Amino acid sequence: MEIYLDNSATTRAQSEVVELVSRVMYEDYGNSSSMHLKGVEAEKYIKKSKETIAKILKVQEKEIFYTSGGTESDNWALMGAASANSRAGRHLITTKIEHPAVIQTMEYLESIGYEVTYLSVDKQGIIRLEELERAIRPDTILVSIMHVNNEVGAVQPIEEAGVLIKKINPKTLFHVDAVQSFGKYRILPKKSNIDMLSVSGHKIHGPKGTGFLYIDEHVKIKPIVFGGGQQKGMRSGTENVPGIAGIGKACELIYRDLAKDVENLYRLKRHFTDGVLQISNVKVNGPLYEDGAPHIVSVSFAGVRSEVLLHALEDRGVYVSAGSACASNKHTVSATLAGMGVAQDMLDSTIRFSFSIFTTREELDYTLRCLNEILPMLRKYTRH
Amino acid sequence: MFTAFLIKYAEIGVKGRNRYMFEDALVDQIRFALEKVEGEFKIRKTQGRIYVDAVSEFDFDETVEALKKVFGISGICPMIYVEDEGFEKLSGTIVDYIGKVYPEKNKTFKVFARRARKNYPMSSMEINCELGGVILDAYPEMKVDVHNPEIELSVEIREKIYIYSETIPGPGGMPVGTGGKAMLLLSGGIDSPVAGYMISKRGVKLEATYFHAPPYTSERAKQKVVDLAKYVSAYAGPMNLHVINFTDIQLAIYEKCPHDELTIIMRRYMMRIAEMIARETGCLGLVTGESIGQVASQTMQSLISTNEVCELPVYRPLIAFDKQDIVDISEKINTYETSIQPFEDCCTIFVAKHPVTKPNVNVIRGHEKNLEDVIDGLVQTALDTREIIEIK
Repeated sequence: MEIYLDNSATTRAQSEVVELVSRVMYEDYGNSSSMHLKGVEAEKYIKKSKETIAKILKVQEKEIFYTSGGTESDNWALMGAASANSRAGRHLITTKIEHPAVIQTMEYLESIGYEVTYLSVDKQGIIRLEELERAIRPDTILVSIMHVNNEVGAVQPIEEAGVLIKKINPKTLFHVDAVQSFGKYRILPKKSNIDMLSVSGHKIHGPKGTGFLYIDEHVKIKPIVFGGGQQKGMRSGTENVPGIAGIGKACELIYRDLAKDVENLYRLKRHFTDGVLQISNVKVNGPLYEDGAPHIVSVSFAGVRSEVLLHALEDRGVYVSAGSACASNKHTVSATLAGMGVAQDMLDSTIRFSFSIFTTREELDYTLRCLNEILPMLRKYTRH
Repeated sequence: MFTAFLIKYAEIGVKGRNRYMFEDALVDQIRFALEKVEGEFKIRKTQGRIYVDAVSEFDFDETVEALKKVFGISGICPMIYVEDEGFEKLSGTIVDYIGKVYPEKNKTFKVFARRARKNYPMSSMEINCELGGVILDAYPEMKVDVHNPEIELSVEIREKIYIYSETIPGPGGMPVGTGGKAMLLLSGGIDSPVAGYMISKRGVKLEATYFHAPPYTSERAKQKVVDLAKYVSAYAGPMNLHVINFTDIQLAIYEKCPHDELTIIMRRYMMRIAEMIARETGCLGLVTGESIGQVASQTMQSLISTNEVCELPVYRPLIAFDKQDIVDISEKINTYETSIQPFEDCCTIFVAKHPVTKPNVNVIRGHEKNLEDVIDGLVQTALDTREIIEIK
């Protein structure tokens, strides 16, 4: 039995995606920059994928740039915009609960002379708009906020933030890391004042190593990858044609029945959350039910170390991830959970369950049964 | 340019009538080591010498690296063979050899000729003098020094003529397999792989036991131990890794014994189980990475407690080593990077904040009695369900 509840880490690919990727690799394997027919055929896949994505986001095709994934998209948005706009200012704003792809890049920018404000979050893991309002200055060149937090599923007020940013400083760019939210929400950058949007392919049943960055045509940005001048010189490197075809197909499929799929995910989430809350001494982190993202439930199990619970579930075929990694000689506490004020002893006891379109109610019932079996046993033996 | 190696061995040269056994073991180990090297080799044992002949294109550096891991080898001499086609031809070869092997010519040398084939028309002394002259003519910067030469050029007249001058130091020790077999208690830490390496240097073949405690220790922790065993087997040769599921035993100890004695009692059961597998697999002793005082379970008092449960001798090659010395060896044998990966092992999982450092054996024995009802069954199950992984 294999029950995969770690879909915020990565997802299983859709079979249609796999077939398409395989066909491109095997038959239409040309280099899209080649002048001959093989190249032209490869280019068609890129064009097709771009059309799909542009239509979903309601943006222009020329505003989509393919990358190797969410990390590169985030790095590029921050580094590229910071260096292109450094004359206008050297101040950036982000939150304390971003993905390391943003946090680490921000820390690098600080090391080369930029100033970064990190917004805190409330107990639900959500930023406060007043704090954002106070942080924006005349020399603020960029604000980067993740849409859905990857650890607890907290949804940030992106719309309101966009309005606020543009009201205070119309020149400030707004970047949204949508890696966890794309495919769960309709995102319309033009209506939401979003200048740049990062998306990853493998979180939406597409191939790993694929992603894109939406860049509004008015944004001043420099490339961070140099070379053969592909993608209008903005992102060099031979296009990953099979991957690009694959992410296009994945986008198409994930948005085909979005409303229905999301409704179903919320139903599953409610069912699972209710089941978890029946267990004694648990705490669900972040917003409950429809207040959070449809696919993430973060739970702290008092008195149990997450790593042990993770392996015990694994033994029964259930795959989840630990809220924060803890090992004997290395202790990394989750910045998100800590930022939300989760108690120290609960930090090591947090498990993230994340669902996908493949998740079924039966799988969740089985998982709940496993938890009810395992927890009394694990709670009997604790380190002291 | 080299096409063969003369393998020098030290200690096994003095083993009297057992000598052939030691040489055969060495040949076996060389063969095992060279299996992973690009190229084909023939290993010959003649007249008290071991030669490795390359019979195809081969990677010189990789071959030397592999030979440097074979215990029992004291020196590796890269060599060339030539047919005996007269002294003129030999002179040319020698000049060519010096030219290629020593780009820097400002060196002292001597020629050391030996004739295994006594019908060669010149005596050893004549060969020394004549070849010395040839070299001096070709490279006037070189000087002869018969007492302390920088280059000692050996020329051996056999069915062919063997020429060599360099000796790359080998690891020393004794060929694995000549010293019996021992059971290594392998954890994921820094010490135990080093202990295994050291004991196998004395010719001891290894089996290994790892105590796995799912779900408290992860699949990655087990993979780490498999990786460590592979590094050790680069020196120690192929071995079997016995993976014991230790969870139920640990939980029983946790439930029935005082918590500050958990580690000691747990280690006593590890020793007992390792000894049972040792006997079953023909091992003559246990090997651990313990070092006096390193942790609570390795004080002399604790060692009495863990030692007394075994009848087989327990070898502790690191007993008087400082941590840094152990780390230095682990870096040399490439296990350090793997050892420091941060996965829980079964010793840290239930460790008490203040474990006993000076356990009293009688007290421990008394507390172990609490386990009487269940422990034999648990131990038997652990033995029966163990997984055996072949490491090679």
